[in-house]
Amino acid sequence: MSKLRPQNEYEKTSSFRFWQWLAGEKDPYIDNVEMKVQEEFHEFPIQVRKREIDHIKLHDKIYDIDHNKEIKFFQGAYRVSAIVLCAVIMIALVLCASYLPKAGSPDNPTVNEVAERYVEQGTAETGVINTVTGMILNYRGFDTFGETCVLFIASSCVMILLMVSEEKLKNLPKNLEPKDDKILQYVARIIVPVLMIFGFYVIVNGHLSPGGGFSGGAIIGSGLILYSSAFGAEKIRKFFNEKVYKCIKITALILYGCIMTYYFYTGANGIPNIFPLGTPGNILSAGMIFFINLFVGSEVACTVYSFYALFKRGGL
Amino acid sequence: MSDIIIFLLMIFLVVCAISVSFSKNLLNSVIIFMSYSTVMAIIWILLESPDLAITEAAVGAGITSVLFFVTLKKIKTIDAMVAGEDPTTLGSETVTGKEETPHE
Repeated sequence: MSKLRPQNEYEKTSSFRFWQWLAGEKDPYIDNVEMKVQEEFHEFPIQVRKREIDHIKLHDKIYDIDHNKEIKFFQGAYRVSAIVLCAVIMIALVLCASYLPKAGSPDNPTVNEVAERYVEQGTAETGVINTVTGMILNYRGFDTFGETCVLFIASSCVMILLMVSEEKLKNLPKNLEPKDDKILQYVARIIVPVLMIFGFYVIVNGHLSPGGGFSGGAIIGSGLILYSSAFGAEKIRKFFNEKVYKCIKITALILYGCIMTYYFYTGANGIPNIFPLGTPGNILSAGMIFFINLFVGSEVACTVYSFYALFKRGGL
Repeated sequence: MSDIIIFLLMIFLVVCAISVSFSKNLLNSVIIFMSYSTVMAIIWILLESPDLAITEAAVGAGITSVLFFVTLKKIKTIDAMVAGEDPTTLGSETVTGKEETPHE
């Protein structure tokens, strides 16, 4: 015969708790299991300081470069191997350059029938006296047209990157504008007209004497830079502002493109062109090379001055 | 005779090129770069190509050096603006390493 357990022993068992929970009575774990309120974590300043000092010591020990053998070895080996690599590459390149033939000797590989034709029949076919100009504007005119386009694109890209708005252009910091330098102004008054005339002379006589569109354009551009640097932005905007710049650039490139289109069309289809070659030695000779030089020269001058103005002020 | 002159000018070119890399002062580097272009223009004349000589003199010694100077001046001003100083009262300490002497 089994014995009934006493009540207090039965209350400690799990079956009693189960039936009590099922009946919905009070759960004995409420208010007994949840966390009590924690105390604040107080740390004494000495302990904080000690912890920081330990951290700094460990940090210095790990990242110590002066006593780290591997890093010192790497630094030394890096310098030595860099010098050795540079010396090897330099010696290899100089050895290769020493195998080149002497400049100007008559049995060079570059003295072939192409150069002979340029030199012997250049004047008769193109009508110029300066063979270099005849070559870059007539025989290899496509490359020169590409270069002029590249100048246009470069100037546009610099405008995209550096141009500022109108209000900011009027409120520049004062030391970006040129000072009133008397010596520079005195010299510029004498030199700038000479530069402009000389540049124009070099452009116009591109097919008769050394020079051409590119050099003459660079000279005119230098003249504009000198004027702008000596007298300030306000004075040069009277005759060379953004409207004039855009007008010159776009017109020059479009007209150059039209001339090249005409030459490509007549050259590809065998039609003789209508521009007369004239007598070599005159200014108006050699077909359209005179006008092409003018276009190229104005394009280069505008590009060069726009680089300077955009670098300095952010606007023309 | 012209061989000796070309040889001497080439040595000057090499010395210029090395000193451009090794100088600490940016303004000095740009001026030496300008002299490199000028000597290059002389060598083009000695090699009998006057077109290249005119273009090199105009572009190398005239335009690229001026653009470099303008850039150096703008870097000083931008540095001063970032540091919060007034860029109008700026000397030339940042780039050249020594102060401008005020002239009347």
